Amino acid sequence: MNSSQYVLKMEKISKSFPGVKALDKVSINIRPGTVHALMGENGAGKSTLMKCAFGLYHPDSGEISMNGEVVSFINTRNAMDHGIAMIHQELHPIKTRNVMENIWVGRIPYQKIAGIHWVNEKKMYTDTKALFEELGIDINPRQMVGELSVSSCQLLEIARAVSYNAKVIIMDEPTSSLTETEAELLFKIIRKLVAKQVAIIYISHKIEEILEISDEVTIMRDGHLVGCWPVEELNMEQIVNKMVGREMTQRFPECQHVPGKKHLEISHLTSADEHSFKDVSFDLRKGEILGVGGLVGAQRTELMESIFGLRPIASGTISIDGEQVHINSPQDAIKNGMALLTEERRASGIVPMLSVMENIVISNQTANPKQYKKGLFLNEKKRKEDAEKYVTSLSIKTPGIKTQIVNLSGGNQQKALLGRWMLLEPDILILDEPTRGIDVGAKYEIYCLMEEMAQEGKCVIMISSEMPELMGMADRILVMCEGHLSGILEKDDISDEKIMYLASTYDAGKEKKG
Amino acid sequence: MKTKQFDIKKFLMNYALYVIMILMIIVIACISPKFLSLRVLRDILMQSSTRILVALGCMFIIVCGSADLSGGRVVGLAAVVAGSFAQQAAYYNKFWPGVGELPIIVPILIGVTVGGLFGVVSGFTVAKLKVPAFLATLGTQMIAYGVNCLYFNKAPNNSQPLGGYTESFSKLGTGSILGIPYLVIIALGMGVVIWLFQTKTCLGKQIFAVGGNPEAAKVSGINVFKTLMITFTVAGALYGLAGCLEAARTGSASSSYGLSYELDAIASCIVGGCSAGGGVGSVPGVIIGVLVFNVINYGLTFIGLSSYWQYVVKGAIIIIAVALDVRKYANKN
Repeated sequence: MNSSQYVLKMEKISKSFPGVKALDKVSINIRPGTVHALMGENGAGKSTLMKCAFGLYHPDSGEISMNGEVVSFINTRNAMDHGIAMIHQELHPIKTRNVMENIWVGRIPYQKIAGIHWVNEKKMYTDTKALFEELGIDINPRQMVGELSVSSCQLLEIARAVSYNAKVIIMDEPTSSLTETEAELLFKIIRKLVAKQVAIIYISHKIEEILEISDEVTIMRDGHLVGCWPVEELNMEQIVNKMVGREMTQRFPECQHVPGKKHLEISHLTSADEHSFKDVSFDLRKGEILGVGGLVGAQRTELMESIFGLRPIASGTISIDGEQVHINSPQDAIKNGMALLTEERRASGIVPMLSVMENIVISNQTANPKQYKKGLFLNEKKRKEDAEKYVTSLSIKTPGIKTQIVNLSGGNQQKALLGRWMLLEPDILILDEPTRGIDVGAKYEIYCLMEEMAQEGKCVIMISSEMPELMGMADRILVMCEGHLSGILEKDDISDEKIMYLASTYDAGKEKKG
Repeated sequence: MKTKQFDIKKFLMNYALYVIMILMIIVIACISPKFLSLRVLRDILMQSSTRILVALGCMFIIVCGSADLSGGRVVGLAAVVAGSFAQQAAYYNKFWPGVGELPIIVPILIGVTVGGLFGVVSGFTVAKLKVPAFLATLGTQMIAYGVNCLYFNKAPNNSQPLGGYTESFSKLGTGSILGIPYLVIIALGMGVVIWLFQTKTCLGKQIFAVGGNPEAAKVSGINVFKTLMITFTVAGALYGLAGCLEAARTGSASSSYGLSYELDAIASCIVGGCSAGGGVGSVPGVIIGVLVFNVINYGLTFIGLSSYWQYVVKGAIIIIAVALDVRKYANKN
């Protein structure tokens, strides 16, 4: 076999981050003119592998070659020059400029008159028009990008990739925010590209899509390669088994908590933002773990942040122990015994330059200043004791409580943030993607903590995009889709398929309302 | 060998400005040995005193992750307003002819209140109206200057420099105890009070948290609006106090007082280790930052160099300080 039959060949790629081995000798071979699906659970290493291909990360070891020639990308520009393009899940277009400028940014066509490079507006327009016609995209090149829908932005990104003469286009969950018709259009364009011998690496969680569009499937798990198969040899069940197929015995603590009486009741909650969640009702018992599932854009985070007083509510009520409470700010929520571990640890969790101690005591110290008063000043001893208590009990790995929290690993930062909330002794603990981006060991410790809290009779809500985590930890699973509550699954009723079904359709919710 | 080099780099990163300052003192002292005298030290401290108060106010705001350009003009306004209430009863050009001689506390309270009020306005504009601090305080800076000119131009004063202060008010600016000027005692005293407030109280810690990560602070139950309001008000009050002392120190006041003090204050904060990104800053650092600039000011004049050189040197120091600051914190993120 001649190796140059592959347009892109990645061999035995390894990549480690502090505390995590993200990729362990993973190989993948891409043929020109095919759609190659890359699958695996969150954290399997798909994105890391693709970022290595795109020059965003440098592999610790391994070899990347294109058309038989070994390459090493120092940055993304370098990768693009070699014909690799990547369309990220989160798009970052320049919203204040028009479509064609976004496509040609960095290489805008020009005319040289009197030694000055003048923008060649006309050429830019005709080039864009030609490009769009070739792909069957119907967007006005002069339109402001800020006015475009998410799907149009995605098409724009694809057009941009094609304009670079990309030989390999990596698409990271391109349909996660598209409707079915929009996805159909995307598939049409993908087929056109494939006919032109472009290779597509397609990352997705949607198995039906993969079966429809792809030629080959590579599956990864925990940073390892599971294998690569032609799509004809696979069916849905096999894919799921290959993705999940690890020992589940040690991943979750034994479930010993027993849900008690009803504690929190949310009824007909509607966001003040009309694009966000509508008419969501659910309740929560003491000592219960409620999982919240759904796809990106399901508005789960928005719902929980609204309950916690971070976002305004248009209508609906929140009751605790049968009594309605009014929550307009996190202060109100904390007074009512709530705590929220936010999704974005860096953006809204840690205060990076402050010490581990300051980060742990900050909430309790603000909510209950009397506990920390010593005359006019703060009681340093109490602060130290509190911080040390959680550093020990949560086994946070840190040189000391005075260390800046930013120097800790992700998992340990997360545990410190959990300590922050546990110090408040909340009755309702809301965790938004609590195990995202942290290694398996720390995950297990966080699960144990949740189990412990539930055993103490506290309510735990966990938003998660990781199916096994939801199924392994939750007593019930609430599933949302596009701002609607599409269903709540009881323990005996929980399955992959049902969650997936509810996450991708809110018919169930519609029926209830109708 | 490699680790040793790394240490030097780190050392320079953290202490480059102190090294530069000590080198400058050595150079100045070599050219003119008289520079190392108690009298010079006393002069430098005197000149630094009001600047320290402005810089401390500024520090609060920078630590809180915000910015304030209004400081200098608020100092000027407070100086004129306080001065206008501190005149002797018999002074020929009295600002408020009907008002008799007032106890010293009155002009000081008025000056501090005026400063505090401007802090409230800036704080509200930033925290509630969400105007970027840079622009909000550019606005309050102009308003403060306009109000000052209008007030200063009021008949019968008609924009003549104030003078004829009461004995106690003048003494505040020029007197000393055991050879230490009152001004220095007040500035360093406020430094201690603020240091205690910042490091030993709950509110002080909240200011750090808001500056370090406002989103996280909000989620943690900190009232970000309240924290910003308090920060700006305290800073304004400090500018007000600085204005009173500036009037007392110079024995006069006019609407041009305080010009560009805010820029010196911001520069002192950055040189003194405050992070331009917020969440980091300490009182001792800021005081040293102010001293660095005043040593340069005084020293260059002392050795007979044109005072215009000050600007060149100061500008260079600010750039070096921020370039180092960016690297110091960038490494950790």
